[in-house]
Amino acid sequence: MTPTPLLSTHGLTRSFGGLVAVNNVSIDFQPGQVHAILGPNGAGKSTLINLLSGELPPSSGQIEFRSQGIHGQAAHRIARLGIGRSHQKTSIFPRLNCLHNCELAARANMGGVWGSMRSRATAREVTDRAREALDECGLADQVHTLASAMSYGEQRQLQIAMVLATRPSLMLLDEPMAGIGREESQQVTALLKRLSDQYTLVLIEHDMDSVFALAEHITVMVEGSVLESGPTAAIRASEQVRDVYLGR
Amino acid sequence: MLHTYPTRVWILLATLLLVLLTYPLWSPTLLGNQSDFFIEKLTLILIMALFAVSLDLLVGVVGLTSLGHALFFGLGAYTLALASPDFSAPSLWWMLPLVMGVSALAALLVGILVLRTSGIFFIMTTLAFGQMLYFFVSLSSATGGSDGMFIMFRPSVTLGETVLLDLGNPMTFFYFCLVLLLASYGFLRWLTRSHYGQVLDGIHDNEDRMRALGYATFHYKLTAFVISGVLASVAGMLAAMQYGFANPAQAEWHLSGVVLMMVILGGMGTLFGAVLGAFTYELLQFLFEHLTQHWQLLMGLTIIGAVLVLPKGIAGLLINPPSLTAWRRQRSRPRVSPALEVKVPAATTQKET
Amino acid sequence: MDLAFFFIQMLNGIQYGLLLFLIASGLTLVFSIMGIINLAHGAMYMIGAYLAFDLTQRLGNFWLALAAAIPISIVLGLVIERLFLDTLYRRDHLYQVLLTFGLILVFNEIQRILWGGDVHSVAIPEPFTGSIQLTDNLQYPVYRLFVGAVCLALAGAIYWVIRHTRLGIYIRAGAVNRDMVEGVGINVRTLFTVIFSVGVGLTAFAGMLAAPITSVAPGMGDSILITCFVVVVVGGIGSIKGAFWGALLIGITQTFGPVLIPSLASVLMYLIMAAVLLVRPRGLFA
Repeated sequence: MTPTPLLSTHGLTRSFGGLVAVNNVSIDFQPGQVHAILGPNGAGKSTLINLLSGELPPSSGQIEFRSQGIHGQAAHRIARLGIGRSHQKTSIFPRLNCLHNCELAARANMGGVWGSMRSRATAREVTDRAREALDECGLADQVHTLASAMSYGEQRQLQIAMVLATRPSLMLLDEPMAGIGREESQQVTALLKRLSDQYTLVLIEHDMDSVFALAEHITVMVEGSVLESGPTAAIRASEQVRDVYLGR
Repeated sequence: MLHTYPTRVWILLATLLLVLLTYPLWSPTLLGNQSDFFIEKLTLILIMALFAVSLDLLVGVVGLTSLGHALFFGLGAYTLALASPDFSAPSLWWMLPLVMGVSALAALLVGILVLRTSGIFFIMTTLAFGQMLYFFVSLSSATGGSDGMFIMFRPSVTLGETVLLDLGNPMTFFYFCLVLLLASYGFLRWLTRSHYGQVLDGIHDNEDRMRALGYATFHYKLTAFVISGVLASVAGMLAAMQYGFANPAQAEWHLSGVVLMMVILGGMGTLFGAVLGAFTYELLQFLFEHLTQHWQLLMGLTIIGAVLVLPKGIAGLLINPPSLTAWRRQRSRPRVSPALEVKVPAATTQKET
Repeated sequence: MDLAFFFIQMLNGIQYGLLLFLIASGLTLVFSIMGIINLAHGAMYMIGAYLAFDLTQRLGNFWLALAAAIPISIVLGLVIERLFLDTLYRRDHLYQVLLTFGLILVFNEIQRILWGGDVHSVAIPEPFTGSIQLTDNLQYPVYRLFVGAVCLALAGAIYWVIRHTRLGIYIRAGAVNRDMVEGVGINVRTLFTVIFSVGVGLTAFAGMLAAPITSVAPGMGDSILITCFVVVVVGGIGSIKGAFWGALLIGITQTFGPVLIPSLASVLMYLIMAAVLLVRPRGLFA
């Protein structure tokens, strides 16, 4: 019997004008698992992530997190519930150093506007959290490096560190390996492997090797719909999936 | 945003402050009987500087291009005019909180509406809402229509029976405005260096990212909008005191354009740049007015020129002085449109890609 | 209010709305394709009206004046685009706002230098000087009907261009995603110049048409600019259809407002905008 999923979607649909980007998608994300979402370009993976993180409201269907409906809630509320996300495009704050980037993230769910005005830009607890996140991502020796001065791969790692600093229970990772070289890509894979012990990860990734190395469960999407969903080994073996996606 | 500036910036600002503080000492020798005229002019520049600094919080720090900031300036002026009793001076102790309260409420309401939009939409809606007050006061008989309203008495500053400050005295009023400008600058500098300011910076860079981290960005933008509006209304109140009347022109969108120009001319996002921008703009206008009756032509061309060649304003020149070698290097490179090299605020570029 | 009066007000509102559409469509085209917010758009309307006034005096005939003023305004648009806007495409809207604000000051001053601060009027041209008898004691000026018809015809033409021509495809693509236009391999430089010149031409032409029914006065461009912004915000950014219905709505509001609720007339249009922003922040048709 399967445990209660941490995050699940039921008949999730999102259309833009006439185009249906995500069509009647129902997926369960089990706690503690690494769940990858595969699919060719335009399959609706990014739209799905944007729906899960609240950046887009669904046209219809439900999203449940810890058995509570969260569809239609604002992105920042969903983030505060414990769903962290990284973006496909690197979106760190280039003018801040690593530590400040992570501090900014760590503070997000500590007090609102008024709290932020009273507090100085640094505080013990926030700094500790930020350093911890950087440690976990192997950036401990780059604490004071300006984000804009880092390599692209390191910036991707920093972005993951920022998500960690918000203390999420589930992380949505949108192509964390996009556009980085072989060696750095292996670093990021190793990092995600470490994180998979503690966190539930939802991963969108093109890089097959790392997906098969990381994921325990894979959902394949084509043209907005779920083609097949199952344990990694089963998906690897699936003829249908090979025809549609892996065969190319 | 950069929070530490080169020493030459502070030297320049300190010199400016010193020159202003010692005005009574040197003006009689230098300006002779024009001294009284120039103190009024300087007071006005200080008021415009306060107005510009308030706008810089929105434009430079948060990255919200408001073209309706005169709404709050005008609101400050008209609140003073409407709330002043006919034949006596109101007390500043209740007038100032009243002006700030009224504008805070207005900024809250307008902010809730306009902050639902972004980009070009935000510019157009702020402009349109700004004009709402202008049309209202120029057509309503309660506010004297297009003639505006006279303000017979400047508010009094008393403690019990003692008069603490006589704002009717031009020199006292000048120092009063200077203190308010310094206080506002200090407050905004403190605010932008707090964690709150960092969040505003983050919103400027990438609002989606801030939301994904869990920040309720709308609340941050709204508070910045309100703070900015309140400070602008104080500037408007001071301007009405200085002129002795509230006038529809104080709420008109041309003023919003002018103050935006001051912010850019000075260099946005630095706060002190807005002060320099106000001084430069007002002195240029003063100069042009003496040169020709068609001074708006020169002012318009200056604005166009500044936008084309000086996008980072005077502050940009001070922080990163152009060096001749760098300029030569750039010229010898294959020609790329210089505009492409200007740092575009990140928020816009991301939206376009 | 009797029926005939209502009818006349309605005609006025529609005619004014159609004129607004002409101006607002130029504004919408320019920012949906080029990503430029042009504050000087209203100044172009004013220049159009003054050109009509000036050339009618010089040439002695309104129609000849129109024939001369239209190419002049299009060339003006071309010059502005090539001289100033060229450098601004990749920059923040802020700089576009300021540069075009500078242009307003320049054009307002040029207007003052050339034509002074007086209010002028242009005679209604032949053969539209007459009025149509609506009822026994109510007439409606033919020229206003003519203006409405011309605006409607132009609106139809714009619609046709957008629906059925290659240019229209770029325009529609640009409204959705500006980078797409650059991606399809057309000459963006030329497209931008054409669009901007057409935009200026449309608003200047609106100014020329309006010259005989409104007074030709300094600052006439400013108020029309704000009204057009409201039209665009209400209708929806980048939407020509939105500009059309928004313009009619605002045009009718502006003519009925002062009659029905005089106390609120000056702010009525902003209240509509506020309501739209609350319900549909991206506009009614976006």
